[in-house]
Amino acid sequence: MTLLLSPNAQWVLLSTLILGMASGMIGCLAYWKRQSLMSDALSHAALPGVVIAFALIGTKFLPVIIAGAAVSALIGALLIQWIRSSSRIKEDTAMGIILSVFFGLGIMLLTIVNRTASGNQSGLDGFIFGQAASMTRQDVYVMLFLALIVMLVVFIAFKEWKLFLFDADFAKGLGMSNRLMNGVYLAVLVLVIVIGIQAVGVILMAALLIIPAVSARYWTHSFKWMIILSALFGGGAGMLGTMISTLGKGWPTGPFIVVASSAFFIFSLLFGAQKGLLIKALQLRTQKKQLIRPWNAQVKLEKGD
Amino acid sequence: MSYTGWILLTASLVGLSCGLIGVFLILRRMAMMADAISHSVLLGIVIAFIITRQLSGGHMLIGAIIAGLLTAVLVQWFNSLSIQHDASIGVVFTTLFAIGVILIATQVGNAHLDVKHALMGEITFVPWNTIELPFIGAVPEAAFLLAIVLIVVLLAILAFYKEWKITSFDPALAASLGIPVMLMHYVFMSLVSVTTVASFDAVGAIMVVAMLITPAAAAYLWTDRLSVMLVLSGAFGVLSAISGYYIAVWLDTSISGSMAFATGLVFMISFLGSPKHGLLSRVIRPFTIPSA
Repeated sequence: MTLLLSPNAQWVLLSTLILGMASGMIGCLAYWKRQSLMSDALSHAALPGVVIAFALIGTKFLPVIIAGAAVSALIGALLIQWIRSSSRIKEDTAMGIILSVFFGLGIMLLTIVNRTASGNQSGLDGFIFGQAASMTRQDVYVMLFLALIVMLVVFIAFKEWKLFLFDADFAKGLGMSNRLMNGVYLAVLVLVIVIGIQAVGVILMAALLIIPAVSARYWTHSFKWMIILSALFGGGAGMLGTMISTLGKGWPTGPFIVVASSAFFIFSLLFGAQKGLLIKALQLRTQKKQLIRPWNAQVKLEKGD
Repeated sequence: MSYTGWILLTASLVGLSCGLIGVFLILRRMAMMADAISHSVLLGIVIAFIITRQLSGGHMLIGAIIAGLLTAVLVQWFNSLSIQHDASIGVVFTTLFAIGVILIATQVGNAHLDVKHALMGEITFVPWNTIELPFIGAVPEAAFLLAIVLIVVLLAILAFYKEWKITSFDPALAASLGIPVMLMHYVFMSLVSVTTVASFDAVGAIMVVAMLITPAAAAYLWTDRLSVMLVLSGAFGVLSAISGYYIAVWLDTSISGSMAFATGLVFMISFLGSPKHGLLSRVIRPFTIPSA
């Protein structure tokens, strides 16, 4: 626990908090675009970019690594789009192909880089499962800055996002460019994935986008509140997971963040105010009672007592 | 058989059984389900290891089947609770996988089972870990397991060929004909888990996805017949396993990574050059067909 009080650890905590909030918000967009698993494919596809960027500059300078990851994830996204639109392969198959082939390429390159002297101590492996403890102050600044940009994009164009996600045809009729919106959507999705890979890792980054959004869905029918709640769940999971992972030596951060967000999900699933299992069961019971009471009364009447 | 020979045989068995299973995954649009199962199988293996304290094939298989079925059931259940299908896949497998990784990091953390091994496989160690078989002699355990799984897969496909064909292409018709669609689904899911876990040792969790999806997708571009697609997909699986091995030797890098990359190459060639559904044929066709 003393670790938590050091200023560096506090900065790391702050960054995972903001990261969780940003990814929770973008996760809502992905949920309503019905592309939750796209984030999984893109985060895996970022790995070759991470390794190539490292190999080019020779150090783990975060802005360059993030740029590499973004380029690689964007190439993956474009390839998925291309395969889907110009052959009879369905989107989920295309995602599976890009995900596994890019990850395979990433592992190939990682093995080659790890063989060199400088690569061996680079801690590039940390990008697979996330190692928040390895973050420097400068990394935290970069992450905070980019995450704030992402949140700002959602906040400023909130009305447009709503239109774009729920009634794209209407949005088009109003003169909005769906192409532009799609572009911006892809850009913020990739951005939030690549800033998360250092803390959460390429394999589990998708969870931080998917799980908070699904949890928030159990509490509200309003898109605005869904985004706010999802940001809260994501931020809470980010902080909680990071805190737990500091308890043990060399524990990876990513899995703990994911399990923390799953705990929020299970809580929401059971007790959520709108669609939670408990509330549904209670509603079912009252409805049954309402139906059965007059029926029982009628039966009594007919029996004559 | 030589060291390289055993590796190539093991890899080809992976390519063959994954290629066969993959065909049905593609046709049922469950490609991402393969991704989910290959991740959550890790949890089954880790729990089996924690309970028995040994890495034996049988226990791992049981753990993996349970984990795979648990994934399938949970996804189905969440989906019935009005969560979008792909979101429920995303919730389930990331959670199970994360629990598996945490257990490895906190409970197991020793030389027997580590995360990197589970993710990337260690096919180079396969030939060392042998068992004695009557009549045949010493055989690597992984290859033996894969051969059995391949036989099971083949038998299942032969036995349920008609049923799976109908349920894959027209589930409503299958249900009206009295085919137990749900049961078939779960049988199929267990088969996917078994194949995944048997391939685990050789190529690791992520590469299994490549082996399952990509050769079948490539075969899908060459033919419209299910039987031909099965044969092609198996052949592509073997081809990418072998060429992946030689790429890895040439570049001195991760074998499983190169195999996944090789499946991508096979797919890219099919995507561009396939006579039926390839990109080039689409570009060329407008100039040749209009006269007809």
